[in-house]
Amino acid sequence: MIEVHDLRKTFRDKKRGEIHAVDGVSLQAEPGKIYGLLGANGAGKTTLLRMLATLLKPTSGTAVVAGYDVVKEAEKVRAHVGFLAASTALYGRLTSREMITYFGELNGMSYGAIKQRIEELADQLEMHEFLDRRCDKFSTGMKQKTSIARTLIHDPKVMIFDEPTLGLDVMTSRSIVRFVRDCKARGKTVIYSTHMMNEVEKLCDTVGIIHDGILLAEGSLADLKATHGETDLEEIFVKLSGGDS
Amino acid sequence: MNFARILTVYLKELKDSLRDRRTVISMIVVPTLIMPVLIFGIGKVASGVFNKAKSEVARIMVIGADGSPEIVEVLSKSERLQIVPLTENWKELIAEKKIRAVVSIPENYLSSAGDSKAVMMYSYEGELKSRLAVREIEKQLTNFRESMVQADLEARGLPASLIEPFTIAWENVAPPEKVGGNQLGGMVPYIIIILCFTGAMYPAMDLTAGEKERGTMETLLCSPVARVNIVLGKFLMVLTGSLGSMLLALLSMGISFFVIGNVMDGAATAASAAKGAPAMMPTIDPLGVLGVLAMVLPVAVLFSAVIFTVALFAKSYKEAQSYVAPLIFVVLMPAMVGILPGIELNAKLAMVPILNLSLVCKEMLSGVWNWGYIGIIFGSTCVYAGVALGLAVQMFKREGVIFRM
Repeated sequence: MIEVHDLRKTFRDKKRGEIHAVDGVSLQAEPGKIYGLLGANGAGKTTLLRMLATLLKPTSGTAVVAGYDVVKEAEKVRAHVGFLAASTALYGRLTSREMITYFGELNGMSYGAIKQRIEELADQLEMHEFLDRRCDKFSTGMKQKTSIARTLIHDPKVMIFDEPTLGLDVMTSRSIVRFVRDCKARGKTVIYSTHMMNEVEKLCDTVGIIHDGILLAEGSLADLKATHGETDLEEIFVKLSGGDS
Repeated sequence: MNFARILTVYLKELKDSLRDRRTVISMIVVPTLIMPVLIFGIGKVASGVFNKAKSEVARIMVIGADGSPEIVEVLSKSERLQIVPLTENWKELIAEKKIRAVVSIPENYLSSAGDSKAVMMYSYEGELKSRLAVREIEKQLTNFRESMVQADLEARGLPASLIEPFTIAWENVAPPEKVGGNQLGGMVPYIIIILCFTGAMYPAMDLTAGEKERGTMETLLCSPVARVNIVLGKFLMVLTGSLGSMLLALLSMGISFFVIGNVMDGAATAASAAKGAPAMMPTIDPLGVLGVLAMVLPVAVLFSAVIFTVALFAKSYKEAQSYVAPLIFVVLMPAMVGILPGIELNAKLAMVPILNLSLVCKEMLSGVWNWGYIGIIFGSTCVYAGVALGLAVQMFKREGVIFRM
């Protein structure tokens, strides 16, 4: 469960002054459902998700993730969250197994539990072939599978995806989408940010459209289409974000 | 603070660093090879250059040669000198290294009235071959002068010992540890300081800016480990690099001197030891070495924490290099001042980081244990190191530093 209330993040820049990267966002994501965060580059998606993953501290507002406050109980939040982003890379000089084991240890898991969990994940994600090879020699697909296993090692209740298919080929993107659906099927709370309309249409139960740090609209795909009198999500997005003018 | 998590981070960083070629080169290869290269390589090259310069026949000119055929004859007889005809531009020729020196003999230089005139020598100061030529000319002229005086004394029926009523001799009475400590006392801390710094440099940059650049910092920060544990795990790795480099260098220095003392110079050492003269291999007080190692520990912590903090600001490895590299001058300056002769440890200097280490190491290696200063230096450096480490932890917690755009 994710509950966000009036969350704000302000950065100070010498040239541009105050930047309101996230400006009063409130939302709710539920277990067994996928919340899609749709926005253009620079809309504030990454900042919002980084606050939910406790990588950044909110300037104001509150957010509760898996029952824990992101400011007061940051470590507990991280213990229940799997965060996968295009910017979360792998240690190239470690093998896939070493990488996953490291994150298991950081999560306080026992060696036996880590070993067993790696076997389960390697079966699910078909990783046995490259489990003991160094990550810097991996194809994009192998890297993504290792990253997924890294986020799942501690079996988190909440999954946060920040543009996970950015720059990936079709086949790898499809495997990510499959994996996100699988998370939903297992009853995890999923929040998924993207700027790709087709991914939102394929995956999300609830969609939030964010622009300039403000959540402009929220609802199921059908609700959004009905409210804005459009049948195409792209048209709704362009209309709301004031683009194409 | 969770020691198990700190250990997890440390062990992973150690494994990762030992697989990084740049870190291995700076942390293991360079410190291990630098001492043998310095001791054998540079020593051999320097002695080769010196011997070559020494064996050269120096071209010299003589001003006033016509009025002093005796001196010209003496100089001509030397196998190391070759007199060439005098030209007006002799000063330029010296500066251009075409001739090595010029001897100017004044008219009626042989004075018997007590107002002896100077035979001038002109040379290129600081130039080795010119200096050797001057030394040879001086030696020939001194011998000539002595033989003249001796002949004069003989002619007057006086004994030759009249001009040398006593001789001067010299013998070392300081223990070999103190002699060795004094010889190496300046160099050892200097090398230790540089290696502590360079050993920390690459792991510190790789574990901070390198991780940011590769995108693994964000991955690591997603874990539920408290920031302070991550910093301390990483910091321990940087400290390992710093101390590991220094220990490897000291070990390879010890082995190099052992080889010189026992294998290469075996016969010469045995011969000189029989005569009671100091051996070529410097002897160092082992307690002094232990003392130096203890004093280096807080300095290594200080270096590791400072480099870690500075590198943390950079967005990329390259940027970190441009921030960290100039720091070496900040470190080298006080270390070099410590080598200068005549600078002694006092209460004020005992508070100056790096310089105080350089000075106290010099003392400890030569067997002087000034406990008051040792306490001040160890204590003050621990405080500096603690502050630097605290700063590193604080900086790591600042999202503006970690997620600097």
